[in-house]
Amino acid sequence: MMEANRPRSIGEWISAIRHGAEALLIGIYSGLMIALEIIINPIQRWVGFRRMAYLFLLPNMAIFGIFVIFPMLLNFYYSMTSGVALFPEDRTFVGTDNYEILADCDDFTDPNSCDEDFFWRAVYNTIVFVFFQVGGMVIMALITALVLNREIVGRGFFRSVYFYPVLLSPVVVGLIWRWILQRYGVVNGVLAQIDPKYEADPVLFLLKGDWPTFWVIMISIWAQMGFFTLILLAGLQSIPGVLYEAGSIDGASPWQSFRFITLPLLMPTMFVVLVLALIRAVQVFDQVFVLTGGGPGTSTKYMVQYIYETGMRNQIPRRGLAAAASMVLGSVLFIFTFIQLWLGRKSESV
Amino acid sequence: MNTLRNFIIRKHGKNRVDITDALSYLYLVAGVFVMFGPVLWVVMSSFKTQTSLFEFPPRFLPYSQNTVEVEGYENPLPLFKVTLEDGQVRELAQVRRVGLESQLIDPDKPLATPGRPSADELYRVRIENLEPIESIQLAWENYTEPLDRFNFMTYLKNSLIVTTVATIITLIVNSMAAYALSKYQFRGKDAFLVVIISTLMIPISVILVPVFLVITKLSLNNSLWGIIIPGAATPTGVFLLRQYMLTIPDELIEAARIDGASEWRIYWQVILPLARPALAVLAIFSIMWRWNDFLWPLIVLSRSEKYTLQVGLNAFFGELNVPWHYVLAMTVLTLLPITLVFAFLQQFISTGIATTGTKG
Repeated sequence: MMEANRPRSIGEWISAIRHGAEALLIGIYSGLMIALEIIINPIQRWVGFRRMAYLFLLPNMAIFGIFVIFPMLLNFYYSMTSGVALFPEDRTFVGTDNYEILADCDDFTDPNSCDEDFFWRAVYNTIVFVFFQVGGMVIMALITALVLNREIVGRGFFRSVYFYPVLLSPVVVGLIWRWILQRYGVVNGVLAQIDPKYEADPVLFLLKGDWPTFWVIMISIWAQMGFFTLILLAGLQSIPGVLYEAGSIDGASPWQSFRFITLPLLMPTMFVVLVLALIRAVQVFDQVFVLTGGGPGTSTKYMVQYIYETGMRNQIPRRGLAAAASMVLGSVLFIFTFIQLWLGRKSESV
Repeated sequence: MNTLRNFIIRKHGKNRVDITDALSYLYLVAGVFVMFGPVLWVVMSSFKTQTSLFEFPPRFLPYSQNTVEVEGYENPLPLFKVTLEDGQVRELAQVRRVGLESQLIDPDKPLATPGRPSADELYRVRIENLEPIESIQLAWENYTEPLDRFNFMTYLKNSLIVTTVATIITLIVNSMAAYALSKYQFRGKDAFLVVIISTLMIPISVILVPVFLVITKLSLNNSLWGIIIPGAATPTGVFLLRQYMLTIPDELIEAARIDGASEWRIYWQVILPLARPALAVLAIFSIMWRWNDFLWPLIVLSRSEKYTLQVGLNAFFGELNVPWHYVLAMTVLTLLPITLVFAFLQQFISTGIATTGTKG
């Protein structure tokens, strides 16, 4: 009789283990929740069930308050103090001095003429990066989404192929490409197969000329494109097929269907993608930090790295200056987010 | 036959492959190469020995030279295919190289005095007549040695703790807030929503310095809690769960209240089980964020026994000579869990992002 209950095949073993694990997890879950119930139910009797909403919000708000909102306000104060001390009570109030130091330039188009030239180099590097990375990525993501939206065999597979790098950590992405682009790496290897002159004299991709900037942009596109492709693909698939049928009855060419049906209907999604990509690109840091360390010189040093080094890592940290720089970065992000929310509200109301 | 063709080239109902189809597939196949290629290259490189790692031009497969143990020599000797002066081809082991001349012995014939080959036991050959004998060898030592030479296991343990604990806390804290914001009417609800929305645009990079102060004040420096807690409340998480919970009918909650269930019990026995799909999406996001997180741990942790994998990997570049053979192996180990999660859940992740990604 007992024999019948015993798992016989591997499949049965696996499902038995799964059921066991599920029961265990449910047990832990219920135990934890019942334990919390003993504390929380008396509170409910005390405040009444309507005000329980505040209790449910409390942990979240506490974390937001302590680690986001309070630091945000503090950052504003920091940006108006100077000195190396970490604690605000030990710092001297200097008003807008830090902002004046940042803005002290004879000629804004030439970082060399600025008092804080590293900051302006970081700003210009970031602008160049944002322009090419966002531009290139949105175009690539759109092309990929359009191709994936066709009747393709194995669409699920190809879609996940483009998405895979999104999951990799920035550190891993930086390491992978640092290995590929190094002096004796595979890119130089392939070049050497094509032209023997590279065998004796490999290109220093991460050190020479504009190569580092080029690769930093390409790698960021490589790493993030899949995310935006997915969003665009969802946008494309929400366009009703009836419209294309109507178009072809009216004799529209493929180009005309794209120009007059796809593009206008995809515009809201495109804007969301554009703003999300901008918000991310402005904050570029970690994979570049691993890939080039900001070098050579300052050629791939961006704003977040400037803030990090100025405020945290330099021998004499200038926290006030770093805070002022992050206020600048914060206002840029504020504008982008505002646009995004505004667009979101607009598209919801339609 | 026709059905099979239709299946393969399926194209808008017409049995005809046009140029756009060909271009599409070409693009997609090239995409496979570009997207997976770099990772595959690193996986292959991680199995190469330290010497073959820097061979140029590099090869895809981890070839390395065969060696042989000979009595009297401490290290294994490299094997060569040697063309002797009389045209004979032999497999010999190199003892020493002097300028352009290589000195070799026959590994199959034991030497009269081990370690000291006599003049007639020694072959002297110019190096252009040598060809290394190679085979594919997987250098597993790249994976095993860092385990005790570096704190790899500690980093791994820290990363696992952070990812698991943070994900559990994230799920609980955000689902509680989402429940309050979706199923209650209370004063200040809109204000709370606005506060949460406004935190969307304040990434850590903007409040680096003051956050460091808060962490220091709470003495969370060099503590894993210092990484876990601050990121546990995420606006994305609250919105994701709230949107989903709005679709749960209020009648269920009313019925539970009439049955005398407390609010907390309604939350954990009615709402959470029903919100499982949304919780699963948030769990996957959280695992991804935490496992890959870099800037925050970099600031909070300064002692190497508290490093997570990402910070630990980065630390190798502070050293003068980067031990690439170890770094590559550890990179592979770091990307492995995420790759597995991806392989099993890719459908789920894709739809999750497609439906929530636009919400930021």
